[in-house]
Amino acid sequence: MLNGRQHVGVSVTIATSLEDACAALTAEPGSLVLAGGTDLMVEVNRGSRRIGNVVALNRIPELAGWHLIGDELRLGAGVTFAEICDPEIAALVPALAQAARTVGSPQIRNAATIGGNIATASPAGDSIPVLAALDAVLELRSAEASREVPVTEFITGVKATCLMPGELIEAVRVPVLDGPQEFCKVGPRNAMVISVASLALLVDRSARRIRVGLGSVAPTPLRATQAEDHVSGHLDWDNGVPPRLEVVREFAELVASSASPIDDHRGSAAYRRHAVRILAQRSLTRVLNRVSPS
Amino acid sequence: MTDLAISKRTAAPRIGEDTPRPDGVPKVAGTFAFSSDLHHDRMLWGGTLRSPHPSARIRSVDISAAVAVTGVHAVLTHEDVPGSLVYGLEHRDQPVLAPDVVRYEGEPVAIVAADSPEAVRMAVDAIAVDYEPLDPLVDPDLAERADPIHPDGNLVRRINLIHGDQDVRGEVQVEGTYEVGMQDQAFLGPESGMAVPAEDGGIDLYVATQWLHSDRDQVADCLGLDPALVRLTLSGVGGAFGAREDLSLHVHLCMLALHTRRPVKMVYSREESFHGHVHRHPARMWFRHHADRDGSIVRVESRLVLDGGAYASSSGAVIANAACFAAGPYRVPSAHIDGAVVRTNNPPCGAMRGFGAVQTCFAHEAQMDRLADALGMDPVELRLHNALAPGDELLTGQTITGTAPVAEVIRTCADHPSGASMAVDPMELPGGAGRTADPEHVVRGEAFAVGFKNILFSEGFDDFSEASCHLADGVATITSACAEVGQGFVTLAQQITREVLGVDDVVLLPASTVGIGSAGSTSASRQTWMSGGAIQEACGQVRVQLLERLAVKHGVDADDLVVADGRVVSMAGGLEIDLVEATAEPIEASVVFRHAPTLPLDENGQGDAHVSFAFSAHRAIVDVDVELGLVKVVELTTSQDVGRVLNPLQTVGQLEGGAAQGVGLAVMEEVLVQGGRIRNASFTDYLVPTALDMPPVEIAALIEEAEPGAPFGAKGIGEPPSISSTAAVAAAIRNATGLDLPRVPVRPTDIVFPEGAA
Ligand SMILES: Cc1cc2nc3c(=O)[nH]c(=O)nc-3n(C[C@H](O)[C@H](O)[C@H](O)COP(=O)(O)OP(=O)(O)OC[C@H]3O[C@@H](n4cnc5c(N)ncnc54)[C@H](O)[C@@H]3O)c2cc1C
Repeated sequence: MLNGRQHVGVSVTIATSLEDACAALTAEPGSLVLAGGTDLMVEVNRGSRRIGNVVALNRIPELAGWHLIGDELRLGAGVTFAEICDPEIAALVPALAQAARTVGSPQIRNAATIGGNIATASPAGDSIPVLAALDAVLELRSAEASREVPVTEFITGVKATCLMPGELIEAVRVPVLDGPQEFCKVGPRNAMVISVASLALLVDRSARRIRVGLGSVAPTPLRATQAEDHVSGHLDWDNGVPPRLEVVREFAELVASSASPIDDHRGSAAYRRHAVRILAQRSLTRVLNRVSPS
Repeated sequence: MTDLAISKRTAAPRIGEDTPRPDGVPKVAGTFAFSSDLHHDRMLWGGTLRSPHPSARIRSVDISAAVAVTGVHAVLTHEDVPGSLVYGLEHRDQPVLAPDVVRYEGEPVAIVAADSPEAVRMAVDAIAVDYEPLDPLVDPDLAERADPIHPDGNLVRRINLIHGDQDVRGEVQVEGTYEVGMQDQAFLGPESGMAVPAEDGGIDLYVATQWLHSDRDQVADCLGLDPALVRLTLSGVGGAFGAREDLSLHVHLCMLALHTRRPVKMVYSREESFHGHVHRHPARMWFRHHADRDGSIVRVESRLVLDGGAYASSSGAVIANAACFAAGPYRVPSAHIDGAVVRTNNPPCGAMRGFGAVQTCFAHEAQMDRLADALGMDPVELRLHNALAPGDELLTGQTITGTAPVAEVIRTCADHPSGASMAVDPMELPGGAGRTADPEHVVRGEAFAVGFKNILFSEGFDDFSEASCHLADGVATITSACAEVGQGFVTLAQQITREVLGVDDVVLLPASTVGIGSAGSTSASRQTWMSGGAIQEACGQVRVQLLERLAVKHGVDADDLVVADGRVVSMAGGLEIDLVEATAEPIEASVVFRHAPTLPLDENGQGDAHVSFAFSAHRAIVDVDVELGLVKVVELTTSQDVGRVLNPLQTVGQLEGGAAQGVGLAVMEEVLVQGGRIRNASFTDYLVPTALDMPPVEIAALIEEAEPGAPFGAKGIGEPPSISSTAAVAAAIRNATGLDLPRVPVRPTDIVFPEGAA
């Protein structure tokens, strides 16, 4: 069976427009999409992905850059985490910038894109809890069509998405909210570490809602909706009087119980649940300290 | 003409002066050629098929499909090993390629050479091995009672050290059980090399290694070749720390090259590297310390079990160190240390910086803190009270005849002012970039630890280093097979030569097995002393010859001549000869340098087994987020007994680097092994400290007391920084949390769920 087996050469299409990229993907449906390569090349080097045809996205102007459209921020899929750390973006979506800063090292952040982070669909992807809390919407595009999918529906399982063959993530849209935001991530090293548990907590003053997204504690993006309901209802939105300590504790408890973590070599389920409880408590305290009447 | 004493020298640095490494900038700039950068136009790529099982019988190996892969030139198994089927540092017990059984996950079973790495990968995948998986032996505590997993049995070595009056009991006793996880050397340059077949039927092997001649002898044995036909040359080494003391791909490369008559290159992947070299021994340790009310230690009892993994490697020497230094640098008149290193189906363990002393230091220093607590004594005072000094006896009954400035090391480190204020930025607090903590979540802890170990080889080993010096036209050429693995021998060799010969131009030839005998291993903190000593002596002989020659020629007394700054001058005046001129006719000397002989340990672990000892102390300050179990080491202060500082720049580098490995072991570095399988064979999951985890190292003092017998009085400095740093950091976390924390690395769950909830 293996007689005469031969390894195939690698062909790389360096697309310079979205149209090119989609055309190349239609022509060779099995092609690998390459953005920053910080996930893909790890898999290739490990031997768990074999390279055949590659469509490289990093020269496509439409995927680069970001725009503020009304009260929505539109980030091209090719925007890197280094760019997201920029103070201008940080002012609009602080939690996303905080999450971006926790990704890898400077070298990784210079290459790693938000599109790649979403498409990888790892439960530990650091942008995911923030995007989930923001109800981010993805713009998907193929040669034939384009569609919009909320990030929470896009990711369907561990490293599984609803991306169709020939389809690309073109952009991510998130609302610019009024209120402080927090992203915290727990890992056994002080930098450059895969998340063992993470949490994004956003204050949405106009909707009078606290939004919470959790990372690394469930196979798919997770919103702690019960906890959100509970705490949002107990906050004094008009006068900013801090809630009773119990409310913070109950909130943290509800966050912890919304998690469905697993045991693995990076951390135990019990620790992960415990960690999001602590993060919930601390991040709520942090934003409350800043949300008081202005 | 010129007054020598006041002439300002702008020349290249000598002993005691900062000497930048020649490979420093190239390494940072990415232009240094590592062994993985070797290239030959006709080269093939090599690869290895490894066992997926920690323990299995091999029923059959079918290579036919692999041979048929396009571009494949050779697929070899144990049947193709031309000479000895086994190799090993101390015992030849490890198969070159597994014949009928595999004893650890990752054990090499077959090797392949092909046109491209991709073809290698396909061929490796195409080899069909029929395994019968067996229940692996993974618990070292059960090893001695279990069926032997190797013909040599499951006990690699036991040291039953009995010292002094065994009936002594202390008024105060403290007891504890401790554990150290498996640390990896985590060097950046994975195993790599190239073998080139030679016309004469021999082989040239270019490889990153720690001990060229030991490699050569083992390779020659396995190839069935005369050692003279096996020539090794050191290639760019990307770190070693003990992991390159054993053979890895050496024999495989040579077999493939001899078989294909083509140069063959091999580079392990990162994952493969974790399976391709030995690790630091995990240890389980029980201790009971006895002391008088005044704090004098009267007796130490201990049981040590080290997990050696599947093959012996240097385990025998590691357990000897663990046992000999089990009680730390303290006066202990009575001791019983039962130390065993056993064989299991876990990954093989062997040499790593600190070599057995790291594990026991973690335990004995925890015991010292417990003892201080039980006595109500200051922990530093207790250590000073018991500190070893010259003339004292070790656990082995050996009297320390060299330097042992233990009290000075302790005092200077403990007295050094501390500058660590509490951070406010979450980035600087435990959790770092994850922004998890605010100052109110953080408690601070501080602790102190002292450690020591032997330097140079022990137990009667014939330890030597050969070097030659050739002086011609004012240029000194030094030949030594000493492996530069990052420790800085390249600068020392030149500094020593300049110092002795007064020359500026020194050429250090590439390290190889050709034209020079063994320099011994770059390990045991020994090369400064051994190869440095050999060079000092060779240069000294050249100087004597030179002065004698000139004395005769100019009719003066040789004792009246000095060499300095490129000239030979007579002290009486009147004679000044340029060295270039004076050495138009070359002068040469070769020496074999040996340290004072040592003796084997007797059946009670007693004897003058060691040459010299190096001591260090660390004080650690840590911030701990107790709720999340996260740690930030905020300050690390150290003093070290160094004999003499030869290159200050490099001394700092060694103290910083060694401490970073110690911090790593204290808080994060562990090869996670479950059921004999490594679960984190990558730098994604095997975590080493980043800049946010490693504080600046404050050097309180470098204690310079010249060590007798050592060149310029310099002791090796590489290992002590890794010994006491782990113990200090772990103790500081204990101090912050009030928890026992009997195991390193300290994991978040050890702090959050101390009762073991998860
Ligand atoms: C050392 C290191 C540290 C890391 N640390 C972190 C960390 O702390 N946190 C974290 O979240 N991640 C981390 N990562 C993972 C990785 O950097 C991120 O997930 C990154 O965002 C991936 O983006 P990329 O552009 O490199 O994607 P690539 O590797 O190029 O692609 C990843 C996947 O996404 C697909 N893809 C990429 N772009 C698109 C698109 N526009 N449309 C459709 N599919 C697309 C690719 O086909 C591929 O399947 C780390 C990786 C490394 C190597």
